[in-house]
Amino acid sequence: MTESTEERDHRTIAVVHAGLGQPSSTRLLADRMAGATAAELEALGHDVTVEVIELRDHGHAIIDAMLTGFPTGELARAIETVTQADAVIAVTPLFTTTYSGLFKSFVDILDKEALTGMPVLLGATGGTPRHSLALEYSMRPLFTYLRADVVTTSVFAATDDWAQAADTSGRDNEGSSLPQRIERAGRSLAGLVFARGEHRKPADPFSSTPSFLDLLGGQ
Amino acid sequence: MQFGIFSVSDVTTDPTTGHTPDDTERVRAMLTIARHADEAGLDVFATGEHHNPPFVASSPTTMLGYLAGVTKNITLSTATTLITTNDPVRIAEEYAMLQVISDGRMDLMMGRGNTGPVYPWFGQDIRQGIPLAIENYALVRRLWTEDVVDWEGKFRTPLQGFTSTPRPLDGVPPFVWHGSIRSPEIAEQAAYYGDGFLHNNIFWPMTHTKQMVQFYRQRFEHYGHGRADQAIVGLGGQAFMRKNSQAAWDEFRPYFDNAPVYGHGPSMEDFTRDTPLTVGSPQQVVDRYGSFIDDVGHYQRQLFLMDHAGLPLKTVLEQIDLLASDVVPELRKIAEAKRPQDVPANPPTHAERVAAAQAQGKTGATHVGDGGDEYTGKRAEEVLS
Repeated sequence: MTESTEERDHRTIAVVHAGLGQPSSTRLLADRMAGATAAELEALGHDVTVEVIELRDHGHAIIDAMLTGFPTGELARAIETVTQADAVIAVTPLFTTTYSGLFKSFVDILDKEALTGMPVLLGATGGTPRHSLALEYSMRPLFTYLRADVVTTSVFAATDDWAQAADTSGRDNEGSSLPQRIERAGRSLAGLVFARGEHRKPADPFSSTPSFLDLLGGQ
Repeated sequence: MQFGIFSVSDVTTDPTTGHTPDDTERVRAMLTIARHADEAGLDVFATGEHHNPPFVASSPTTMLGYLAGVTKNITLSTATTLITTNDPVRIAEEYAMLQVISDGRMDLMMGRGNTGPVYPWFGQDIRQGIPLAIENYALVRRLWTEDVVDWEGKFRTPLQGFTSTPRPLDGVPPFVWHGSIRSPEIAEQAAYYGDGFLHNNIFWPMTHTKQMVQFYRQRFEHYGHGRADQAIVGLGGQAFMRKNSQAAWDEFRPYFDNAPVYGHGPSMEDFTRDTPLTVGSPQQVVDRYGSFIDDVGHYQRQLFLMDHAGLPLKTVLEQIDLLASDVVPELRKIAEAKRPQDVPANPPTHAERVAAAQAQGKTGATHVGDGGDEYTGKRAEEVLS
C-alpha cells in the first residue's frame, strides 16, 4: 500500500468478516479497522497487504467442509490466507446475543493449532450498544481457546455509532467515538505485529513431528 | 503395482430401491465380492475393522481365514487392523495364524480408528491414540520375532515368559502397512521400521496426500532402508464406471447424493474434482489414476472402494469386472513404463521376504533373537528407561 524505494519489511493482514448484507456495515467496520492497522504499520516502516475474506462467499463450501472433513478450492485458499497472515482482524455481526453461525462455522473448520500465537483484533456490529459485551463473553474466549494473541481493545459498532461525532471531551485522540475506538484498536494490533519483529510462520506439522525414538521414548 | 479393493463394510440402504441388507446379507456379500475379485484377477482384497453399526466387519481374521480357503491368488489384507483398541498379543497371534493358514498370502495394515466411543468400549482413550499405536506395534513385532518375550509397557498387563503361537510362517512375520490420513507420526513409524505406508486419500485432495507420502519417503531413507523413491507406498481410491460416461454419472448420482459419508454435502461435480473419486468411463479412470504416479512417485498398491453407499451386489460385481478387464491392465502398463528399474514394482511377497531374510542369514526356522530391534539394535524399553 505504500510506495518505497528502500527495503521495507512486509506484513499481511487477513480480514475475515461474516457480514451478510450488500453493502454490509460489518464489512464497513472491518475495512476501517484494517485501514487503521495498516496506516499504523506503515508509519512504523512496514509495507502492508490487506486480504479480505467475505465468509458469505464461502457459505456453502464451509458446510461442505464440515460434512467431508476437508476444505477445497477457494475456501482452502481463504483458510491459507488467514492462517499464514501476520495478523487477523475478525469481525462478525451479532445474531441472537453472539457471533453469527457462519462466523463460528468458519472458525470450527480451522485446525485447532492454526491460530496459535496469531495477533488477532476483534470487531462486531449490532443493533444496539446493549450487546457490546458479546465481544468479551463470546468472541474473546473463542480466540483465547485457540491460543491466539488477542488484542485487549476490541471494537463494537452499533447502528447509532455510524452517526456519532468525534468525542472531544477526553484526552487527545482517546475519545469513545467509533473512529477513535477504531484507531486505538488498529494501533494496538499494529503495535503487536511490530513488536513481534519477524514474519509469523505457520506451524509445519511435518517439521515438528518428533523422531521415532522420541515417540518410542516419550510415552 | 498391485491393484485391489477394500471394503468398509457399511450397511447402507439402496436409495433407488429402499432395500437395506441385514448384517448377515452384508457379510455374505463381502465374501462374494472377495471371491469375485480373486476370480477376476485383482491382486488384493482388504477388509476394514469396525465395532459400531452401520459396519459389520468386526472380525477380520475370521473373514480372511475363510477367504484364504476359498480363493486362489488374491492377497488378503486389512484396511485397517485397529492397533489401538485390540490387544497387541491377540493381533500377533491372530495374524500369525492367518499367515500360516493362507500360506503367506496375506499382509495387514495398522490403523488407529477414529470413532471416539470405540476406544472406551475397549478400555482405551482416544487421546492416547498415537502412544497406543507406537507401544502396541513395538510389542507385536517383538512377539513375532522373539520366541520368548518378557515385556512391560504402559498400556497393557506385563508379560513374563510369553510365547505367541503359532510362530510366523518360515520364521518371517507378515508384511505390515501403516495407514494414516493426517498424522505424520504414523508415517514416521512406518518409515522407522521400513514398513509400508498407505494414505487412504479417498476424501482428500492430492496436495495433502503428496505431502504425507513425501514425508514418509524422506524418513524411510533417513532410517537407512533404501532411497526415498524405493519406499513402499499405497493409495486409496474410489471409482464408478460404465462404458458410457454419462450412464455412469446418472446411475451413481443417487448413491452419491445419499451416501452417509458425503451425501447432502458437496456436489458430485465438486467431489470428483477435489478427490480421487472418478465417475465415468474406464478410460477416464485410467487417465486419472495413471497420473497419481506423477504426484507421489511409483507406488506399490492401489486400492479401490467399490462396495459402499448401498450399491447392490450385482452392480459391485460388474464394477469389479470393469476394473479388472478395462482399467487394471492399462494402469499396469502405465505404472511399469514409468517405474525406475531399481524401484520395487510391488510390495514384498512372503516368498521374497523369506529370501531376503535368508540372504541376511536370518534363515527360516524360528529363533530366539537377542531382542534388539533389527535396525537400531535397541529394544523399546531401553529407549524408555
